[in-house]
Amino acid sequence: MPKNNAKNPCSKKVRRRTFLKGAALGLASFALPPAHADATFWESFFQKHFREMNEDELKSVISRLEEEYREEYDVQFNIKATKPIDGVQYGYGLDLSRCIGCRRCVYACVEENNQSRDPQIHWISVLQFEKGHKWVNIFEEATKYYNPHEVPEEEFFYMPVQCQQCENPPCVKVCPTKATWKERDGITVVDYNWCIGCRYCMAACPYGARRFNWGKPRVSKEEYNADVHYLGNRPRYKGVVEKCTFCIQRTREEPGRYPACVEICPVGARKFGNLLDPHSEIRYCIENKRVFRLKEDLNTSPKFYYFFAT
Amino acid sequence: MSDILQPVRNFFTTLKFIAKGNKWYYGWLALLSVLIISGIMSYIQQIDKGLILTNMRDQVSWGFYISNFTFLVGVAAAAVLLVIPAYLYNFKPIKEIVLLGEMLAIAAIIMCLLFVVSDMGRPERGWHILPILGTMNFPASLLAWDVIVLNGYLAINCIAVFYVLYKLSLGKEYKMSVLWPIIILSIPWAISIHTVTAFLYNGLSSRPFWNASILAPRFIASALCSGPALMLILFQIVRKVSKMEISNTAIFKIAELIAYAMGINLFLFGAEFFKEFYSGSVHLAPMEYLYFGLHGHSNLVGWMWTAFIFNLTAFFIFLRPKTRENFLTLNIACVLIITGVYIEKGMGLIIPGFIPGTLGEIYEYGPSALEKSVTLGIWATGALFFTLFLKFALPVYTGELRFKSSPDKD
Repeated sequence: MPKNNAKNPCSKKVRRRTFLKGAALGLASFALPPAHADATFWESFFQKHFREMNEDELKSVISRLEEEYREEYDVQFNIKATKPIDGVQYGYGLDLSRCIGCRRCVYACVEENNQSRDPQIHWISVLQFEKGHKWVNIFEEATKYYNPHEVPEEEFFYMPVQCQQCENPPCVKVCPTKATWKERDGITVVDYNWCIGCRYCMAACPYGARRFNWGKPRVSKEEYNADVHYLGNRPRYKGVVEKCTFCIQRTREEPGRYPACVEICPVGARKFGNLLDPHSEIRYCIENKRVFRLKEDLNTSPKFYYFFAT
Repeated sequence: MSDILQPVRNFFTTLKFIAKGNKWYYGWLALLSVLIISGIMSYIQQIDKGLILTNMRDQVSWGFYISNFTFLVGVAAAAVLLVIPAYLYNFKPIKEIVLLGEMLAIAAIIMCLLFVVSDMGRPERGWHILPILGTMNFPASLLAWDVIVLNGYLAINCIAVFYVLYKLSLGKEYKMSVLWPIIILSIPWAISIHTVTAFLYNGLSSRPFWNASILAPRFIASALCSGPALMLILFQIVRKVSKMEISNTAIFKIAELIAYAMGINLFLFGAEFFKEFYSGSVHLAPMEYLYFGLHGHSNLVGWMWTAFIFNLTAFFIFLRPKTRENFLTLNIACVLIITGVYIEKGMGLIIPGFIPGTLGEIYEYGPSALEKSVTLGIWATGALFFTLFLKFALPVYTGELRFKSSPDKD
């Protein structure tokens, strides 16, 4: 037994390995808060990349995360890891002639996706443009800090912007750790346990769609939505990036549900569906309305279509 | 037994050498220690509360840390690139230039790595970026390239410096046949670290200010100003405090070369300035923000013009033989160039990438007190490291410090 060995006065030689082990442990005990110095700390430290885990590993990670969340937030989360549905490519449509700039989508998204309330994180930015001024690609004329008593205002129109779920996402290309990637159904997701917080993706995104947890995300217990997806709205950590996932926790269900922003929109400006289904509403919009996508010149090929229906 | 204890004894000899110094030396070390401790304390706060203690936000998601990182990559590269003229012009102190340049490069790269780590939201996950252990996104991500070239560069320079000092400290002559291949490798590598770092920004089509082909050439040109300018000051300090001889001719020649590099830098700047302002497209906005202010936001305007005037003045000082061969004006010009390039290649390069933002928002950024404290701490760490390194290397180099080599190894 190693204990005997250590106590044996005759064995002068502390073997190098033993010494190194001791030194490493000693250093580790300095570096780590003692409350965390248990098995789960190392489990979470050495947790694998989402895509490198097999079914069993994922299951045990999920149950550990649920446990961690319960301890920290006192909420019993149900973390799903629902896979993409075959034959589905999600697409989004936004009718700019209907949008009234009420920002209900912004806050419905926050509630559904458990964004931090303090500091505030919004995945959707609603931009206000002056009518008769410049085209919606010239953002310098736009503001998201409009604050009238009532919307819509006569002289303005509105354009909500969120993750455009690019076919050719620049954010994925630049990520140094592959912590963000495009899923088979076209949704770009983030592994919040793999992101190192370098924010290169935020510099690369042409749509300002990515958000960073500058501080510890705070949501009160009652406000949490406990129905979460591993790659979507589960609670995030300080120091990682997050973004819109087209409500992956809803849209991947069968039967699926609309993203929260689509559901809440009081004027029906938001359309959502399967781009591969010729009978879907989104296909109808693309084929019958004059649609455009933001910053086409960058070749990111968004799956987010804007149009003016009237 | 003496064999095993020899390195320990050598270590104490080294300590003795490092610990000796006049009051200026101790004062300098004390100052650096204070800065380092305050930097560490600030960093601990940042780890605890998160990067929210900085002034960076989603709109300007990189700030002072990455600015300093970018400037220092230039210093690291240029210190070694100085070997080319040293060799071409057959400077007498070429060996000294190589050694000092490589030591400066090591210190600069260490600072670069510290800046990157300070900027990370989850530094403890740093291993995710490594190949095999993690999931390095190579070759798609330029950040993965940067990790490779920066660490490779650090390794190359460490090997070279270690080899020379090891041999010399045992009283043996080092072989140029061993050293030259390392130096020959380190020169293109120096260019590569700077090019890759420029490409890191250059490749982002979302940021028109960075997405201009002139970025990488300007990077190299400005680095060839600030790096050698820093070296010129170091040369003068080194020859004052040690027996190392560095001739005036070498110093003046380097000053002349800085003038040419600055000339190219100013020309490239002019080319960029003309293109943006004459064509006046919407992509002018970041440039307008830098030099004239945008919609009443003008935090950097004063800084940018200062940098421009400093660079221009230094250019003329270095161009005229009379002023570059006068140590007063020479040193003034060195300081002007280091400051000018620090502004231009630091905040002046990073911030306009984010202003205006991709959705047109203007968020004025300036580093918070905590960011400044961490940054000072990192600079002090680099300076402390370099000072102690010199304190050890110089006497080894001049033959004042010699280790006893174990007899069996002779």
